[in-house]
Amino acid sequence: MRVAENLNAALHGLMEREPGLYLLGEDVVDPYGGAFKITRGLSERFPGRVLSTPISENAITGVAAGLALAGDSAIVEMMFGDFTALAFDQLVNFAAKSVTMYGERLPMRMVVRCPVGGGRGYGPTHSQSLQKHFVGVPGLALYEASPFRDHADVLAEMLERAEPCVLFEDKVLYTRPMYEVEPPFALRADGGTAEVSLPGVRPDCVVVAGGGVAHRVLDAMRSLLVEEEIVCTLLVPSRIYPVELELPDVRQVFVVEEGTAGGTWGAEVAHVVHQRHWARLDGPVTLVHSADSVIPTAAHLEREVLVSARDVHRTIREKLRG
Amino acid sequence: MSAPAPLRERSHGDAPAKSPLTGLSDQDLSLMLTIRAFESTLLDLFDRGMLNGTTHTCLGQEYVPVALEGLLAPGDHVFSNHRGHGHYLARHRDPEGLLAEIMGRSGAVCGGVGGSQHIRRDRYLSTGVQGESLPVACGVALHLKRTEPGALACVYVGDGTFGEGAVYEALNIASLWDLPLLVVVENNGIAQSTPLAANMAGSIAGRAAAFDIEHRRVDTVDVTAIRRQLDPAVRAVREGRPLVVEFATHRLGPHSKGDDTRSAQDIAEARAADWYPRYAAADPERFARLDAAARAHIDAVAADVVAREPS
Ligand SMILES: Cc1ncc(C[n+]2csc(CCOP(=O)(O)OP(=O)(O)O)c2C)c(N)n1
Repeated sequence: MRVAENLNAALHGLMEREPGLYLLGEDVVDPYGGAFKITRGLSERFPGRVLSTPISENAITGVAAGLALAGDSAIVEMMFGDFTALAFDQLVNFAAKSVTMYGERLPMRMVVRCPVGGGRGYGPTHSQSLQKHFVGVPGLALYEASPFRDHADVLAEMLERAEPCVLFEDKVLYTRPMYEVEPPFALRADGGTAEVSLPGVRPDCVVVAGGGVAHRVLDAMRSLLVEEEIVCTLLVPSRIYPVELELPDVRQVFVVEEGTAGGTWGAEVAHVVHQRHWARLDGPVTLVHSADSVIPTAAHLEREVLVSARDVHRTIREKLRG
Repeated sequence: MSAPAPLRERSHGDAPAKSPLTGLSDQDLSLMLTIRAFESTLLDLFDRGMLNGTTHTCLGQEYVPVALEGLLAPGDHVFSNHRGHGHYLARHRDPEGLLAEIMGRSGAVCGGVGGSQHIRRDRYLSTGVQGESLPVACGVALHLKRTEPGALACVYVGDGTFGEGAVYEALNIASLWDLPLLVVVENNGIAQSTPLAANMAGSIAGRAAAFDIEHRRVDTVDVTAIRRQLDPAVRAVREGRPLVVEFATHRLGPHSKGDDTRSAQDIAEARAADWYPRYAAADPERFARLDAAARAHIDAVAADVVAREPS
């Protein structure tokens, strides 16, 4: 099963189980089923609760917040994650704040799903990974889709938090199979953080990465093993904020993400790791991310900007081998 | 959810009221006077350095939420804005909780976290970001339409707030989806320091019309007449026909505190339109009695709340 099908199945399951759950977004109803087809089949099965909306990202996020306020739950699909910029007010100033600003905890069961990331030539305003702009908002939890965790569990966990959540879904994942890891690496995916490691071997370093770049890290892990005999363990947290990580006992930690340089998610992860594990590290956590640039459209230019397996390989090799 | 009682019980027949007090209950008049006393007391507390932060009083506009309250049912949701004390008091008649909230004292409705502009109690909620509540109210209205048909979501906004895109995104959705949304515009002709003419091209009526939404303009301060005028359209809201009601009203006080940039003439015009002297003239004895009682009540509330522990 591919990630897109897994997401679709998760939405079907959730809509079926929760009669008070709505799904809102642009062009989400059948037969179109959303720009990336993630909502296929839902409007036919759940008429009245799956609604195609006008092109109004701010308002649909507000409508979701209103449904949550009234005791329902809501999932919003942003056609492209870039457009969360238009929903920032509703998400940050209303939905997330409402959880605590009225003096007692107010449950707000809502999720904003955001297709993010480049690699498909959609250009500067349809390719960004805007995770970093949502880090550190009280009452807002961030998740990243991953091929290593069933999205039925992810979505259920988000709604259970009873606070607004954003799910970042790297578009390149949609066509990837779930749970695919090639030997000699092995996947352990029994909780919120998936681990890919070389069984029985103590790793030289840990790489923390969101689900969207996991396969780029895996490619680098393979070449590092073959060419440099460097052994890495990959950790893919499903919830990326608030950061909560159990690290194996290693002295080098890397964080990989597709977001561009400056105020990154990785910087937040590094801060948490430094606070907890500074004494046992050889040095600061190393951040690997895309360049400080808009994301160009032409494939050769886009490749130069976006973080790649080669960047991950080079950074880890330089750090460990000098 | 039950619809509000028919208005006939509240008014005296169908003839236009001769004075604003005709058909107005003591409770309604007391409520207007309580809101006036509350807001006046707030400005006084500010002058004496006893209030933290900021506040926006609704002096001059007190009759708007009192008139609306007669058309709303307990199951309706009310969304308010920065100028929301009157909206809250009309809904919950709780000056103690509100003042404690504004002052951060024990008994505060929201523990002192929200303050003047961020209050939630039952189905009442205010936020301090202009226009933000309209889409949220659409979401609540969508919920009500499906699970509590007959109930509505009422949103108070000012004229200046029609500069926000969220307003139009929400009006579009409300109209497309036949949502029970009632938008109450308190058009006091000014936004902070900017007159309506410098803020708005066209008109509120024109903007409602653009979305195929009914518009009613209210030019009187007579609560009973307002209710009679609006009753049928508000009933239609409950059936899923959104409505914009525009009150031509006047802000008597500063935008927040001590920040009134209007000319003496503009301020004099606002004062001349005030409901308070008109109501006083209509039935001086009754008015004076209820006004004295409202002031005494608010004085006692203030004395009590000021002496309380922090929230
Ligand atoms: C999004 C946003 N922009 C600006 C402000 C600052 N602000 C608070 S009240 C106000 C004027 C609002 O005018 P209007 O809607 O006419 O309401 P009134 O104050 O007259 O009741 C402004 C600009 C705000 N609270 N929210």
